[in-house]
Amino acid sequence: MRIRPVGAHALLLDCADLDEVQAWRAELWRRREAGELTAVEVVPAARTVLVDGVPDPVAVAARIARWTPGPTTTAAAAGEVEVPTVYDGPDLPAVAGRWGVDVPAVVERLRHTEFRVAFCGFAPGFAYLTGLPAELAVPRLATPRPRVPAGSVALAGPYAGIYPTASPGGWLLVGRTALTLFDVHADPPARLTPGTRVRLVAA
Amino acid sequence: MIEVLRAGALTTVQDQGRPGFAHLGVPHSGALDPAALRLANRLVGNPEAAAGLEITLTGCALRVTRAACVAVTGADVEVRIDHPVGSAGRSAGGRAMDVGRPLSLAAGAVLRIGRARAGLRNWLAVSGGIDVPPVLGSRATDTLSGLGPPPVRDGDRLPLGRPVGHPAPVDLTVVPPVPDELRLTLRLGPRHDWFTPAALELLLGTAYTVSPVGNRVGARLTGAALARAVTAELPSEGLVLGAVQVPADGQPLIFLADHPTTGGYPVVGVVADVTPLAQARPGTTVRFHGPQR
Repeated sequence: MRIRPVGAHALLLDCADLDEVQAWRAELWRRREAGELTAVEVVPAARTVLVDGVPDPVAVAARIARWTPGPTTTAAAAGEVEVPTVYDGPDLPAVAGRWGVDVPAVVERLRHTEFRVAFCGFAPGFAYLTGLPAELAVPRLATPRPRVPAGSVALAGPYAGIYPTASPGGWLLVGRTALTLFDVHADPPARLTPGTRVRLVAA
Repeated sequence: MIEVLRAGALTTVQDQGRPGFAHLGVPHSGALDPAALRLANRLVGNPEAAAGLEITLTGCALRVTRAACVAVTGADVEVRIDHPVGSAGRSAGGRAMDVGRPLSLAAGAVLRIGRARAGLRNWLAVSGGIDVPPVLGSRATDTLSGLGPPPVRDGDRLPLGRPVGHPAPVDLTVVPPVPDELRLTLRLGPRHDWFTPAALELLLGTAYTVSPVGNRVGARLTGAALARAVTAELPSEGLVLGAVQVPADGQPLIFLADHPTTGGYPVVGVVADVTPLAQARPGTTVRFHGPQR
């Protein structure tokens, strides 16, 4: 892990892989909870953890460099969510073609994969789910759809994701869920927070 | 209550934003110049965190249904008050008032904010604050995610809170002039090493121009394209306010209040203070310099 300064009030932890990201994200959240880290935002992403709103980044970077993140299994405390999914997405045949299997095999695979929220982005409550092997990565649509309905379950690159609200989108649609994924009156407002384990069970 | 007679090009409810939710994909949002809104709030006796209006270029016209104290900060603009017929402050056609001082409105008075003479944006505080329901601790309109109230439209009625303080005893605050050329302090990184040394020299050594394609999400610049030393695709990573992202066309984009929480193009550097960009009209010259000067 390498620490890069970001402006005058933030640090970026550059990690080797997503496992290291998960471990640092959990570690930094734990340290912040314990009062050992002051930061407004701790934002995990694909290969990095951003620590923003830090009063003295140079001193904090030196402190972080002395910490060792706990094993990623501690992130299991984030809980598990079952997402009841209707597998009727228009891009299922395209995914099956990419994977070299038939549509029922795609559904079977997705139903039985244990996903984990790597990070959120793109829109409030939009979670990037990992769990599929790298060789099953699929490209985005060359031309994004102008409107993807809320609750659409989709794939892009190595990730699965669920659109919390209707928006334009280029991910391949494999299904849909009626589960509310983002509710400003809930605490936390996002159902799928970083570290959460997710199963896309049949509805 | 505020009745919106004319909403103008883009008027939004803003406050100091909704920090602390970036890990859930929720942008910070809030006033593009938070200090200018805080000043307006102090002038009318509001807590600094109160919500006001952010008004863009073409002004707006509002009627208050109760007596209120208001203050306008930001761009140089004409402010007029039309008092209701029969009230003590009445005068034909209204009076031209100043930006940056508390103004008293009688119930039924109309506040008319004109077109900005220089700069782009104004902030309006009203005693009691705009009391729309907060969303995740903020009343700000986030134009990227859609959180918060929608942009203000003609005919809207905006609730006001109960005043809790007294207007500040000042005659006039200084309205900073809008420079023709912005000189922005830039700290390189976190991905400056994804660019060629020549690109970094161009970034710090040549003038850029504010493009018309800018909004609350970011200020787009045009100028020397920044060539990449690393052409690989960058996995999405967290973004901060003021991040200078360089998309595929090499033209820098400076992220403002409604910026996304993550982005997949390298950030060459971070601007220390983005608030001057809130007043930068298209065509404004921007020069970057390092933090050492």
